[in-house]
Amino acid sequence: MSINEDQPIRFSPLHRLQWEEAQQKYVILYPEGMVELNQSSAEILKCCDGTKNLAQIVAELELKFAATGLMNDISAFLDVALNHGWIKQ
Amino acid sequence: MAGLNNNANDIKISPPRWLLAELTYACPLQCPYCSNPLDYAKYPDELSTDNWKRVLTQARKMGAVQLGFSGGEPLTRSDLVELVSHARELGYYSNLITSGYGLTEEKIVQLKEAGLDHIQVSIQASTQELNDHIAGTQSFNHKKEVARLVKKNGYPMVLCVVIHRENIHQMPEILAMAEELGADYLELANTQYYGWAHLNRDLLMPTKKQFDEAERIAQAYKEKVTGKMKIYYVVPDYYEDRPKACMNGWGTTFLTIAPDGVALPCHEARSLPGLDCPNVKDHSIEDIWVNSKAFNFFRGFDWMKEPCRSCDEKEKDFGGCRCQAYLLTGDMYLADPVCSKSPEHGKIQDAINDAASANLAENEKPLVFRNSRNSKSLNLIADIND
Repeated sequence: MSINEDQPIRFSPLHRLQWEEAQQKYVILYPEGMVELNQSSAEILKCCDGTKNLAQIVAELELKFAATGLMNDISAFLDVALNHGWIKQ
Repeated sequence: MAGLNNNANDIKISPPRWLLAELTYACPLQCPYCSNPLDYAKYPDELSTDNWKRVLTQARKMGAVQLGFSGGEPLTRSDLVELVSHARELGYYSNLITSGYGLTEEKIVQLKEAGLDHIQVSIQASTQELNDHIAGTQSFNHKKEVARLVKKNGYPMVLCVVIHRENIHQMPEILAMAEELGADYLELANTQYYGWAHLNRDLLMPTKKQFDEAERIAQAYKEKVTGKMKIYYVVPDYYEDRPKACMNGWGTTFLTIAPDGVALPCHEARSLPGLDCPNVKDHSIEDIWVNSKAFNFFRGFDWMKEPCRSCDEKEKDFGGCRCQAYLLTGDMYLADPVCSKSPEHGKIQDAINDAASANLAENEKPLVFRNSRNSKSLNLIADIND
């Protein structure tokens, strides 16, 4: 499975994305499991609100972090996220 | 003293991440592989609602984030919704681990509104006859209905099936049933031989051939349902040659609170001698986690004997399971006998052979079901033997 560039991306309703104060990081929570996220992964997932497609997410993050050329990294991570079921289209 | 580490010195203590709240030992089912202690009938006391709330608050403050409401059957606690609601306010991810027995749609909705994240329903087999026999209670059709209602109400649905000799031949039907019920996750848990399962081991342990066949079928199905249903396959450790990294290391991640408030580094640890497991009624969670004798007992590596002490894999599996070492050898400091490097590894093959000959015997002894009557009479036998 890989990301469909036209469709909006939303975080899975069967998972929870949450800031953990004790760990000072974002985590994904799901039945009896947890994935700890680094900062950039968390920033990407926070953009997956069901209204934006891949290009719009890239544009938003490039603006937010005053960076360019993020498409490949973001797209690769979202493919991984999709295959883990963390995001839906 | 071996086994009693002085925690202030060299061991870095990580905070708990997983809290297992065993709310009660009461259960309408009688599964003969139950992980509750054999002598659970000796501990009828249950923590009050206020004590449970304090435990949840204190553990969350330390960093616990995954919370399992378990038992016995947690639905028998009348304050379950209140506890779930408290857990949600604190930011836990709450898992309800239930037989489904007595669960109505009204309760499922109530729990959802209180903030429950996930419901795991156990089913004992793929047919009514075998399910109801193993559960010791007529429950098959209701469990399937509960699984559908859990799904319908927007929870991730996890179906848990404990695998043993009586149901292992149903693997294809169990997989199909899980898919048909719309499970998001299927946990195929090969029986771990502690407590009631250890007592019934000769009758529950499948042969290697049965294991291999069932695993092959489950692995093939995994590919078929990729992206739809995740399959967790809990390996049968008697057929492994390295032990499991039990509890991710003693006192590193998991905290279990038994119904009467006793804090345990794993839910079997009550069976180990001399740990003096503390009670949450007398101590804070932080004090228990950091300072108690029980939680420091097997932290780090200083307690180990050979072959673990000099083993280059000790940081991977921590010498395996302390409760299994104690149960099979009588010495909780030894390597888990599952390990092929253990001088006691022959005990595993003996157990496999015993189970195989019990299987062939003409007058098979009956399964001992998990209920208060059996718990009390087993207790009596133990007292007489003492």
